Amino acid sequence: MSEIKADDFVDITDVVCPITFVKAKIAIEELEDGQILEIKMNEGEPLMNVPRSLKEEGHKVTSVTNNQDGTFTILVEKGGI
Amino acid sequence: MGQADLKELKKGGFMRQIQKDRFSLRVGIVGGQITSEELKKIYEISVKYGNGYVHLTSRQGVEIPFIKLEDVDAVKKELEEVGMHPGTCGPRLRTITACQGMTICSSGLIDTTQLAKDFDERYRGRELPHKFKLGITGCRNNCLKAEENDLGVKGGTLPSWNSSACSFCGLCKEICPTKAITKIDKTEKQLIFEEDKCIYCGKCVKICPTSAWEGRNGFLLSFGGTFGNRISFGKQLLPILFEKEQVFTVVETTLQFFKDNGKAGERFGVTLDRVGWDLFEEKLQGAIR
Repeated sequence: MSEIKADDFVDITDVVCPITFVKAKIAIEELEDGQILEIKMNEGEPLMNVPRSLKEEGHKVTSVTNNQDGTFTILVEKGGI
Repeated sequence: MGQADLKELKKGGFMRQIQKDRFSLRVGIVGGQITSEELKKIYEISVKYGNGYVHLTSRQGVEIPFIKLEDVDAVKKELEEVGMHPGTCGPRLRTITACQGMTICSSGLIDTTQLAKDFDERYRGRELPHKFKLGITGCRNNCLKAEENDLGVKGGTLPSWNSSACSFCGLCKEICPTKAITKIDKTEKQLIFEEDKCIYCGKCVKICPTSAWEGRNGFLLSFGGTFGNRISFGKQLLPILFEKEQVFTVVETTLQFFKDNGKAGERFGVTLDRVGWDLFEEKLQGAIR
């Protein structure tokens, strides 16, 4: 999928807003600054809001992959902003 | 009481109730904001002169029902004590509504609260052929329903892309609602942005992890909307405006056009249908040139 290896992975396709972001937030809190979290989410509302909320919390999205099945996988660097 | 006095009371924000000599006082509120001091005064008036309750109107107003005719002057005086004034009714510029805008809301692209105050200062109670509603919403989410108003203002942003800051993650391309961003190429360091497809929603700017997208915030104006007896959406007739002074010029031109061309009791949209939208559009273009 990507040349960068993630340090952890969380699937938030099974929940809806606002739990999507909560789940992502909890997962990223487990990491150290600079580590990478891989997040799988549904297209539409989660893609619109979760990356934006991560940005507001100071984490940097480094890649976005369309899985072509209605889901997206993003890589986020903790504290990257 | 004479018809003239009733008109005068209505003009001054006192709406006649079905109960004899009882009036519902419309309090003047700008952009949907009330200070705690004002709120306290509203409470006091409703207890002392009303029936101990208020009614929230559909356009961010507060009305205090059951004010007695003989108390009208005393109530006005009490409002003045905290710098408040009665709202407006009748054929004139009405309450100026606004969402919370960019000073509070993360989606907001313009300072709606300040703009509402600016509008109020300039146009409050302006006499016109019929009621005229001004509403301000901070972004395309349109919480304040700009197009329902005779003149609606909506915040927008024109994005511009800085290739050297871009990480080519592709997020903007995926979330752009009109597919105005295409062909992101990390190796070639390229991206295509088609400005004519852009609806100024600002999602790319808000989401970009590296701030490679920057937005120039501005105002999108719609004209002739109504949502009462007649339902029609206001139409956007101008490109996005970036200067507040330009917005004031357009509002002033619009109010003057309505005054010059509107028939008594005719909403602005109906006037435009009758005299021609083209004529109005020309006027606006001339004013901001």
